[in-house]
This record gives sequence, structure tokens and C-alpha cells, in this order.
Amino acid sequence: MTQPKIEGNLQLDLGGFALNSGDFSIPLQGVTVLFGRSGSGKSTLLRAISGLDKRTRGHLTVDEQIWQNGHKTLPTQHRDIGFVFQDAALFPHLTVRQNLEYGIKRLPKTSRPADFDELVQRVGIAELLDREVTYLSGGERQRVAIARALLTRPKLLCMDEPLSALDWRAKAELLVLIEEVIEQTNLPVLYITHAPAEVERLADRVLFMKAGQVERMETLQQALARPDSPLFDEQGAVSVLLGQPKEQADGLQKVQVGEQSLWVSQYLVVNKPEVRVRILARDVSIGLADPQNLSIINHLQVEISELIPQDEHRMLVRLRLADGQHLFAEITQNSAKRLNLQAGLLVFALIKTAAMTE
Amino acid sequence: MLEIFGTQINLDPIWLTLEVAAMTTVVLLVLGTPLAWWMSQMRSSNKVLLEALVALPLVLPPTVLGFYMLIIFNPNGMVTEFLQLFGFEGQLTFSKAGLVIGSVFYSLPFAVQPLMHAFESIPSRLLDAAATMRASFLDRFFTIVMPLSQRGFLVAATLTFAHTVGEFGVVLMMGGNIPGQTRMVSIDIFDHVESMEYDQAHILSAMMLIFSLAVLMLVYGLNRRFGVKVG
Repeated sequence: MTQPKIEGNLQLDLGGFALNSGDFSIPLQGVTVLFGRSGSGKSTLLRAISGLDKRTRGHLTVDEQIWQNGHKTLPTQHRDIGFVFQDAALFPHLTVRQNLEYGIKRLPKTSRPADFDELVQRVGIAELLDREVTYLSGGERQRVAIARALLTRPKLLCMDEPLSALDWRAKAELLVLIEEVIEQTNLPVLYITHAPAEVERLADRVLFMKAGQVERMETLQQALARPDSPLFDEQGAVSVLLGQPKEQADGLQKVQVGEQSLWVSQYLVVNKPEVRVRILARDVSIGLADPQNLSIINHLQVEISELIPQDEHRMLVRLRLADGQHLFAEITQNSAKRLNLQAGLLVFALIKTAAMTE
Repeated sequence: MLEIFGTQINLDPIWLTLEVAAMTTVVLLVLGTPLAWWMSQMRSSNKVLLEALVALPLVLPPTVLGFYMLIIFNPNGMVTEFLQLFGFEGQLTFSKAGLVIGSVFYSLPFAVQPLMHAFESIPSRLLDAAATMRASFLDRFFTIVMPLSQRGFLVAATLTFAHTVGEFGVVLMMGGNIPGQTRMVSIDIFDHVESMEYDQAHILSAMMLIFSLAVLMLVYGLNRRFGVKVG
């Protein structure tokens, strides 16, 4: 059996802006983040995929079902998608409970409703059911929106910048929730964001958009391996290491990465088999020997795989961990020369700050 | 006949006026709703033309409108002859039907404009969200659009009713002022004044004044109350 996919090539002319996606093929599995600057067409593509704009042209097949063929389009209500909008789009004339029931009432006879009470508990809105949606906070609204989308038993979950309107605390809490929900429901997700931190946290793969076109699709690791990755913001290059959470001590969390271990600052209780650790390249220094008596606790033995000169006399060093994962370090070109760094050299990466992605 | 302050008032024009206004309101809500929805969703420049056409009765002298409708709906005209193919008997002008047809056109903007503005103010995301929850177009219209445009419907119905009660020129042209058949209150007042029956004119005019004031206060009250809640 072949892997189910979203395949297509969609055009949507909005007058001032035109989407002309080019061919794309997205596996219907895991989280695909649509990433690009504002105005790159991420939202337009997602609306076209959802059938929310009648002017969409082109073709689109999802799991071998035709959703768009030229002018012929399968109406949104027949596409089995759940959609979480940036501003939640709750129905203001209905209570929280009525909002949730809207989708349940319209479930096809053949599909079994989700466990309402369990979901409402998990999403954390059990106390809010009889409230008017007008009086909910931004975070609460998004929780309701997520529950509402899941209750329609979608085959594909679309999320259009669900966190962008929230403050940082609500953002952090909701990211945990979204992560849990995705893991438990095992739904394929199309997720729009322009925040690299959300990509690093959630993405299995990244679909880069530019000027109304799909530029390329890469796995998260591939996307982060490029020294000029669009995922790098003003903080510079970033690496994400996968590891297994172990014990906790003194506010630190041990994460096993291959044979070695990292201690990272602990924000939240984790109960997942695998976590992502986000490390800024500029927080990584290089030592030729393993230095003792240092405040930095994380020393990883690594191999230099590439030296990439940058402007302003900086040098980006690509390091390979024993288990094949890679890590960027940013040092000065002067230091690289002084230490005589070369590809193939075994060195120690000294990591000042590491955090589980939040 | 009713006696108020010792003056005999013929109630027929009052009942006829209320009846025509009620029928006009129903017809306009039924026909105006899809028209207003269609206009609210239009993006092309045709919308300007359509908006202007709908607003035409606001600026056109009612006699002009009435004159054209007499031409279109006259007993030997195309519309009547077309209806006769389906066994229609009688005529569209100088009858109650004529009054309603005239009123429908004359009050069109008062139904369509509030509805259109109500529809335009509904965020399209709400309808998108409903579509992703498997609601069909009509389903979305009845469960999202209508409840969220309650105020628009109330304003449209009230203004249409009141405006129809207050019209003069169009009903005179289309109805012809036949006592007991097409004589509405506004024309009745005119007749009383013509015949120097100032007592009757006073009483009917005062009734119209109070009615109109009450309706306008209702409309503005609705605007204030719901404007805060729904907006």
C-alpha cells in the first residue's frame, strides 16, 4: 500500500495576490508546517486545500479522493477536515457547549462520535461548557476551537496560526496541548506559522512558501541543516536534538542523546518518550579537550563535519554527534584559526544553554 | 365607523393600510433576503449598479415610480398577459394586488439595505468554520447567518412596515384611491383636507404621527440594545 498523500497544484487569484502553488505532494501523516513570510501564500494555500475559496482552480487529490479538478470542487462540508482559525472563529450566538455540538450534530451517520467528556477534560474546557463564548480569554477560545475541530472527527486537521493572537504564557500552554492532541489522535496536520520556535517544536516536515509558490518541502532536520535556513531568525542558527527524557534533579532535566546526555532547564513535566532540545548555535562553544572546572555542564564529544564562514568574521561549525545528529556552533573565524579547526577533528561542544523546545 | 371626540372616522382605510403593509413586509422579507445576501457577497463592480437600483425609490419621485409601474403592470401589459396564460383573472393595477406590488418596489431599500449590512457584518470565518463542520449552505444560512442578523431582520421588517404605511404617491398611482378598495390612510387624509374636513384629518394625522414616532423609537432602541451585544 502506498502512503496516503495530499497531491495537487492549485491556483487562486485574489486580485492583488495570486497563489500558483506548483506541484506539491504532502504525506498524510505527522505535522507539516507551512512556513513563509506574511504574504507568501500559506493561508491562501490552506484555504484552497480546504475548499474555502470558490475561486480556487487546479487539481487536488487527498488520499486518492478528488477534491479539486479544474473548476469542479468538492464542497468543504464534504472534505472531512477540521479547521482551527487564527482567531478561533467561535459562533458568538452559541455557548461553548453549543459550539462543540454544532459539529457533532452534523457528523455522518457512519462515523462514531468522539468521547465528548474525555476530550473536554483533556483540552481543559470542562468548566467552561455553559459559558458564552464572548467572555472567554484568547487561550480558552483556542482550546474550544481545537476541541470543536476534533469533535468533527476529521481526517485532516488544518491549523492557521492558532497561537499568533495569544500572549506568551497561553502560547506555551497551548503548544503543549496541541502537541499532546496531535500525538494522541495521530491525525495528519497542516499547520501554519511564521514562528520558528513552533516549527522546531511541532514539525515533522516543513513546506516553505514564497511569493504564492511552494518553494520546497523538507524534513525538519533537513530544513535545520541548511546554514541559511529560513527557520533561523535574528537569533541565528538553531539545532534541534532528539533525545529521551530521563531523571530530573535541581530543576534540570536529563535528556539522553545517543550515548551521551544533556542537562536542560526544566519548564514542564514531560511524559513523552521523545523530546526535542533546542540549542542556539551562538550558545555552543568548542574546546579541543574536555575542560574541567567549568560552570557549563553540557560537554558533548562531537566531530567537526563542516566549517561555514559567515559575514562579520563569524564561523558556523557543523558538528556531528556520535548518533549522527548534527549541531551548529557559532564561533569567530579567529578562534577557528587559532584552534586550527578542520573537518574530521574530534572536539568537545560546550553548550551554555539548552532548552526543551517550548 | 368609529367615533373619536365626536368625529366619525372611517376605519376601512386604516385596516387596508395595515393589511397592505403587512403583506408588503412579508413579501419583501422573503424576496429581499436572498437579494440582500447575494449583494452582500458580491465583489464585482456590478454591486454598485445593483445598490443604486435598490436605492432608487429613495430619491425618485413616487409618482415617477408609480407611473412606470402603471405602464408595466397595466391590464393590457405584458406582465398581466403573461399571468393570464396561467389562468390569472383580474388586474394588477387599481387593486389591492397593485397596492402591494407598488409598495414592494417603493419599500425595497428599507428591507434590503439593513439586511445587506447585517449580512456584511458577519465575519466570513464563521461561515468557513461551519462549512468545515459539514454544514451545507442553507444549513449555514439558517444556523449562523439568520441568528446573527436578527437585528437586521427586525429593523428591515419594522422600517418596511412603517414606510409602507406612510406612502402616498405610489399607492395613489397604482391603487387609484377607490373608496373601500384602495384608499389608504395617507390618501384618506388628503381627501379630508380637500373636503375641508379638518377634524378627521387632524385625528388621522395625529394617529400617523404617533405611530411613526413609536416605530422609529423602536428601531433606534433596537439599534442601541443589540448594537452593543452583537456588534
